[in-house]
Amino acid sequence: MRFNPFVLPFLAGTIIFFTIIIFKFYSWIHKLDKKQKYFIKKNLFTTKTLSALSEIFKEALVHRKIYKKNPLLGYMHMSLAFGWFLLIVIGKAESMVYNKTPFGEPWGGIFFRYFVTDPHSFSMQATFSFVLDFLLLIILSGVALALIKRFRSRLLGIKKTTNHRLFDKIAIMSLWWIFPFRLLAESTTAAIHHNGSFLTNSVGSILSYLPAGAMELPLWWAYSVSLFFFFICIPFSRYMHIPTEVVLILLRKYGVGAGEEYSGYSDIQINSCSRCGICIDSCQLDFTSNFNNVQSVYFIRDIRYNKLSDDVVNNCLMCGRCVEDCPVGLELTLIRQQHRNKHEIVGKHYFDYAIKEENHDDVDVVFFAGCMSHLTPGTIIAMKKIFNKAGEKFWFMDENKGLCCGRPMRQQGFVQQSKDLISKNSRMIADSKAKLLVTPCPICYKSFKEEYTLNIPVMHHSEYIEHLVKNNKLKLNKTDLSVVYHDPCELGRGTNVYEQPRNLLRKVSNLKASDFERENSLCCGSSLANTVIELDVQIKIRNHALSELTKLKPDILATACPLCKKSFVHGNKAKVMDLAEIIAENIENDSTADLKFQKNSVNELVL
Amino acid sequence: MDSWGFSIAKTRTIDIDSVDFKVLARLTDKVPSAKRCIMCGACAATCSAANFVDFSFRKTHLLFHRGQFSNISEELDKCMLCGKCKLVCLRGVNTRAIIYNLRIILNDMNYKRIAL
Repeated sequence: MRFNPFVLPFLAGTIIFFTIIIFKFYSWIHKLDKKQKYFIKKNLFTTKTLSALSEIFKEALVHRKIYKKNPLLGYMHMSLAFGWFLLIVIGKAESMVYNKTPFGEPWGGIFFRYFVTDPHSFSMQATFSFVLDFLLLIILSGVALALIKRFRSRLLGIKKTTNHRLFDKIAIMSLWWIFPFRLLAESTTAAIHHNGSFLTNSVGSILSYLPAGAMELPLWWAYSVSLFFFFICIPFSRYMHIPTEVVLILLRKYGVGAGEEYSGYSDIQINSCSRCGICIDSCQLDFTSNFNNVQSVYFIRDIRYNKLSDDVVNNCLMCGRCVEDCPVGLELTLIRQQHRNKHEIVGKHYFDYAIKEENHDDVDVVFFAGCMSHLTPGTIIAMKKIFNKAGEKFWFMDENKGLCCGRPMRQQGFVQQSKDLISKNSRMIADSKAKLLVTPCPICYKSFKEEYTLNIPVMHHSEYIEHLVKNNKLKLNKTDLSVVYHDPCELGRGTNVYEQPRNLLRKVSNLKASDFERENSLCCGSSLANTVIELDVQIKIRNHALSELTKLKPDILATACPLCKKSFVHGNKAKVMDLAEIIAENIENDSTADLKFQKNSVNELVL
Repeated sequence: MDSWGFSIAKTRTIDIDSVDFKVLARLTDKVPSAKRCIMCGACAATCSAANFVDFSFRKTHLLFHRGQFSNISEELDKCMLCGKCKLVCLRGVNTRAIIYNLRIILNDMNYKRIAL
């Protein structure tokens, strides 16, 4: 057996690491609920495992999503993750070829060069040495980029990097030292025995001017000790994401989703956060108002180390920009929602309001304006006009200010109250026997879609108007007004409605694209989800969003959310209109019914 | 909307000496804009819940400022947190945050409504 005492730190680190990891994974999987465990059992031996493996390769090793964010940043992560992975695998393969057996000392691949000093001991050795040297060079370039990122993060496309805890700093330092020490250790051995390849031999020839024989063992010790430190740091630092992300991708592919309850799956998500800090740059609270401890990265970190405060939980616009940018694909707003949820007294009825029940048997469409639309009456007037022009029989459910949809309660975590409102509204909608529910408010829309169990379809007014136009119930005039469309958070990122409003606006105007389109759109600042920030911060967020959206000096800034409209109107930068208002202004005057009448009258005249 | 909080009130006295203003400080610490409120009643006028029940945020807020907590938890249960009051407020008071925090604060003081 090839052995030297310097392998002991490495061996101890590995054993401690695997013991803790296995214990942690067992406790998380154990905490999953029955349904989630059922999904794992059902899909474990199917092709889903294979597709998960391919995603693990793409995301956990190659880091495709970070490449999309910034190629240099992607290269940095790939060189460290994929490079090191290959270094371990090929190193192991080399020792296996040399030993002619798949079993050998567990440290055989890591410290191969120290133990096998003869450069011609087997036929493929030169190739193996070359590949391993090449990989080491790639990893060292990644470490160099990581160092540059600490001091000049903008070069790698990141404005702000994460403020790390002391423990993370120790872990990152030991990670950075592993590869230079490996290079130096292998080079000193190469200086004595010439058993390296292009990199280690040339560094070795420089080192041969120094007392290489005396330096060799201390450097191998340093390499092993830095490995030891890194391994014992992994389970307690941000590097826990390396093993956890693999499990997360597997579970995600098996269909284990996160529910509203905090479960073992949430634990796995929290430990999969690499604290890369990409979410800091996407947070509007950071770049407009300098809140620097509430972003998802810090929120997740606080949960992990049990330091979560109410202010951090509540100080979030829940706009979902970070969720779109997260390279690991964590459901950050959902985890925040889980932490906001409060356990209510079950069975208590909160809203026993006396609501006048009316009969509406002969309607096709229920129109639910929502609380906020009552503050932007233009939208309601426009929708009424559209309904009448299209000849739809509708019932304006909350004409005299109705109940709330329940989502604002939900977002603050008052689950029981929200359910109370949902059941009341559901009963009213079911009683009307209508075939469709239309709402101009994205907040209500998301609530109806996700939290209600209605037996009729729900449409946002943008979808509904597009449906009317497609069925020729509504004809629109094209104007040459220039319009920029602002995607409301709850409609775009929340419910994935991006195309319908744009299709409609293209039909009536000259639609221009701003810098913040679709998934990248900004929050207007008025988000109901945040109960911590005050008006001054909201105004900062709104003004920033407004200045970005009106860069092209459009005639009209269009949106499809009453809350966004209300917020932007006060900014006084551009004329702000709801989608419905623009459509209502540009309906072709003679709808189909009028056309028929005109044709008849013309015929009569001819006769 | 039958009561704006301006109806003739029953005779009562407020003993300021017995009021625990630390509770108010807890609120203004979380929501500094609560101090800006001029009790104009715009919030109560726009309130959706006031359409159905006798509820006035202005009245509730005023009572809390005077240290009369006895009935506030039940009153606040009527609110749907829709946030209209926050948008119409002339003074930029984060009324919605006041209601949210009042629920938490009163809950801590054993005016038990929600189990946190």
